[in-house]
Amino acid sequence: MEAPDTIIEIKGITCRFGDMAAIDNLSLSVRRGEVVVIIGPSGSGKSTLLRCLNALEEIQEGEIIIDGVKLDHTHKQVHKIRLEIGMVFQQFNLFPHLTARENISLAQRVVRKRTRTEATQIAHDLLTKVGLADKIDAHPAQLSGGQKQRVAIARALAMNPKVMMFDEATSALDPEMVGEVLEVMKSLAADGMTMLVVTHEIGFAREVADRIVFIDSGRVVEMGRPENILNNPANPRTRDFLAKVLS
Amino acid sequence: MDWLATQFAILADIFYYLIQVVHWTLLISIAAYALAVICGLVFGIARIWPSRPVRLMAGAYINVLRGVPLLVLIFFVYFGLGQIINLDRFVAGVIAVGVCYGAYMAEIFRSGIQAIDYGQHEAAKALGMTRWQTLRHIILPQSVRIVVPPGANEFIACLKDSSLVSIIGLRELTRAGREYASQHFLDFQTWLMVGLIYLALTLTLTRVVRWVEQRVAISGYGSARHNH
Repeated sequence: MEAPDTIIEIKGITCRFGDMAAIDNLSLSVRRGEVVVIIGPSGSGKSTLLRCLNALEEIQEGEIIIDGVKLDHTHKQVHKIRLEIGMVFQQFNLFPHLTARENISLAQRVVRKRTRTEATQIAHDLLTKVGLADKIDAHPAQLSGGQKQRVAIARALAMNPKVMMFDEATSALDPEMVGEVLEVMKSLAADGMTMLVVTHEIGFAREVADRIVFIDSGRVVEMGRPENILNNPANPRTRDFLAKVLS
Repeated sequence: MDWLATQFAILADIFYYLIQVVHWTLLISIAAYALAVICGLVFGIARIWPSRPVRLMAGAYINVLRGVPLLVLIFFVYFGLGQIINLDRFVAGVIAVGVCYGAYMAEIFRSGIQAIDYGQHEAAKALGMTRWQTLRHIILPQSVRIVVPPGANEFIACLKDSSLVSIIGLRELTRAGREYASQHFLDFQTWLMVGLIYLALTLTLTRVVRWVEQRVAISGYGSARHNH
């Protein structure tokens, strides 16, 4: 039985690319309002895990239950699940032909069926929230990396997701822009948003995470409170990884 | 001097004779190209649709029509299909040229769609957009600027190939040229003038295309021609 406050239940999922299992019999559950930071070496399956959750990758075994809905790959199900999950990509993936406002309001109108006025109001409110109200009419090419990523966060939030996923949201940014994006993420966490964050920002993990999950070779190696995982890792692989990223 | 004056008079006469049918050349080209754009869009999208039968069908269309000479296609539509359904010369010409160029346009649209970063598809998917919504709102608007330069070249080619329709008796520019030349035995001057009129049309079009390219460029995103 899953606990009533569990929002994501991952049961023994495997995701293969050819012969290689990027995710190998992995289980994890996330509580409502929890901030889970996923760390691990490159190629360990962190991003793939997030991508499995909103069906950008297909799983071959196991099951994923999001807010009581089991994910299978029928058209309707996938659509329903994706509405519940906001995703922020490493490469922003803003729509370059649309302004910040249009980037945020398009899916609201065509997917959520909101009116243009309503969608624009929400776009304005969210841009204000991420500190970019003055950029509402700017095209992505006119924005810095940090600003683009903040627009991308606003775009995902506009769909009222129950969970936000961040796939190395700050990895493509110049160092001086990392902070502004992390600030937005921190304020989201403070608002009680359920978040799954793949990141190399150990400082952010220490400060914001309720739980850190260390993944290697597609499996959960260990997980726990940040202070335990970061200060006192039990597994030698975790120790090894932390020694490299913290040095 | 006399000789030169005569030559000018002849050329002017030819010009007036030809200019009266030039609208047919333009009408065939425009109608055929419109059909080609529609066919191209439909089959270009079908070529990369997830369903295999759809893809195969589009592949067959493209390969068959690219593999048959346009002249043969014109004969087939006008004389061949003409035995089954009564087709007007103009309609037959437009269909033949249109579906033929549709095959080339399909490949241009396909490459234009595939040139868009896959991250765009993923971002749209993650926002819950359907494949069709993604295509319509995200992918095609960005493909336009990629498709316009090669697509416009096809229009210029289409305009030139509209001369083949003269073979089924439609009085467009080339047909009128043949009439004039055979009536007056002035082949050199006639075909020179026919060529000059085609050239004037294509050069004008080239200018129009350049203007359109600038119009479809995305602000701050580089134009199709000067991509940076």
